[in-house]
Amino acid sequence: MKPFTQAADVLDKELAVKIDGIISAHNGDATQLVGILLDVEAAVERHYIPESAAYYVAQKLGVKPTQVYDVISFYTALHDKPRAKFTLEVCNSAPCRVKDSDKLVETLKRLLNLEVGEVTYDGRFSIEKVPCFGACDVSPAVRVNGVVYGHLDSEERILDMLQQLN
Amino acid sequence: MSKKVCFITRNFGKYDPDSLKSYESIGGFTALRKALKMDGNEIADVLAANGVQGRGGAAYDMGKKWRQAREVKGEHKCVVCNADEGEPGTFKDRELLTNDPFQLLEGMIIAGWSVGADNGYIYMREEYSHLRPRLLSAIAQCEEAGYLGDNILNSGLNYRIHLYSGAGAYVCGEGSALSESIEGKAGRPRMKPPFIKQCGVFHLPTCVNNVESLSLVPPLLLDDEGYYKSQGTEDCPGTKMISVSGNVKNPGVFEVPFGITIREIVYDLAGGMENPEYPLRLVQLGGASGRICAPSQLDTPYTYKGMRQADLTAIGSGAVLVVDERTSVIGFLRMTQEFFSHESCGQCTPCREGNRHIAMLLDKIAAGEHTQKDVDTLKKFADIMSCASLCGLGETAQSALLSAMKRFPEVFAVKEEVAVR
Repeated sequence: MKPFTQAADVLDKELAVKIDGIISAHNGDATQLVGILLDVEAAVERHYIPESAAYYVAQKLGVKPTQVYDVISFYTALHDKPRAKFTLEVCNSAPCRVKDSDKLVETLKRLLNLEVGEVTYDGRFSIEKVPCFGACDVSPAVRVNGVVYGHLDSEERILDMLQQLN
Repeated sequence: MSKKVCFITRNFGKYDPDSLKSYESIGGFTALRKALKMDGNEIADVLAANGVQGRGGAAYDMGKKWRQAREVKGEHKCVVCNADEGEPGTFKDRELLTNDPFQLLEGMIIAGWSVGADNGYIYMREEYSHLRPRLLSAIAQCEEAGYLGDNILNSGLNYRIHLYSGAGAYVCGEGSALSESIEGKAGRPRMKPPFIKQCGVFHLPTCVNNVESLSLVPPLLLDDEGYYKSQGTEDCPGTKMISVSGNVKNPGVFEVPFGITIREIVYDLAGGMENPEYPLRLVQLGGASGRICAPSQLDTPYTYKGMRQADLTAIGSGAVLVVDERTSVIGFLRMTQEFFSHESCGQCTPCREGNRHIAMLLDKIAAGEHTQKDVDTLKKFADIMSCASLCGLGETAQSALLSAMKRFPEVFAVKEEVAVR
């Protein structure tokens, strides 16, 4: 199978080993594709699935690359482009919005000097608005690489949260 | 009537959720031993006799569901535990998965025995991925101890449980989209029929249940004294887990008897409004796809029938979102609409286009630039979406809007100068 772009995109050997481990942790089961891709994404520092990795997963599981890309493009939690090391996912659903998560977004934008969807020049931070992740009891909340930080209703707490990210 | 009860949540904090031994020490798996001596239909009868309805949102009669699943012919069948809790404002399943994973597994094995399935699938949302290790370890411990695998406890039941992950798609909470996702594909809902009960995961007959529904089964089978039935009201017995969020003092998960009023939920359990300066404006029940309750309806009893009579969502996912006067009705509707515009999978036209156009009309209303024709179009589109969408997402996406149009008509009133133009 030949990747559809001409740009050199060679699979990092270290990542290939990690992917092998992820696939065997899922018993090489092709129906676990969604879970496998999530784990691959978590193993990449910039939290995305490089094209070479997508093709490698397809080949290893014996599925078509189109199926892998159908899945990557369908699900919000999967990405085909590099993201920040720490993507601050702010809940944008009503339970957090009525607790003024808009103010939380504004504060984050000001503190990081960043617009929603942008990545800081060093690739460390970005801000995204996401649907409810079930932390409504601690709203307004932010989720970063799977960890939820709640009660972010003051600048002090927001700064505290940012300092914990390293 | 006591306002807080412990039936489904009876094990919370009583055992170490990472240890099977600890679960067994508080009587874990006695319900399974009892169930394995019963006939599958008898188990379904227990559910039916207690009037249990599904806890995911659709409120389908659970005894009936299991009996139908049992009757479907097929060499292989499966049970799916829907842990895709994507309905905004709902986090009760998170508590069950965190505090009592073994009770859920026990419920799933009993479901497998009752309907005659050989595989069980837990489909858990990506947002709860931190709970994956706990569940995987719980499954492994059950396999080791012989509660899963071949010939479970010498009953002849062969049954395995597999954990699958979602990846942030609300639509995957819908049965057929969920089935597609478990098969390793994009979660686009299928055309129905055939229904999931005949042709679901891997095109096998599939019985889909919510986390709370399955977790309810073990305590119910052991409930010889009829405690569950003694709770709630006569026409709606039992208890329910609710998630309270929004502008209240103590948001959180509570187990309540049916029949409690919405007022008691907001002011007693959740401690009332967080800021006394801002009184309650509305309560949304059942998540983003739920209807809106006006302050005048707060004394409605929280039962399937009571809610239906008051033209509210009949329990739904059990979400109770309390909103105070800092958020306007139209502002709230736009938040809900943003969610559905984002989550529509785009497969069918009514949902894909309907959401887009309704979002535009809501913007117009928020700016006060709408005419009566816009309001009529809004209602028409919302009605079309509810009748003509492919799956439950599109069918229920406009519940909040349609109920708001009934309960807060002044919000949609046309300003005079616009009417003249």
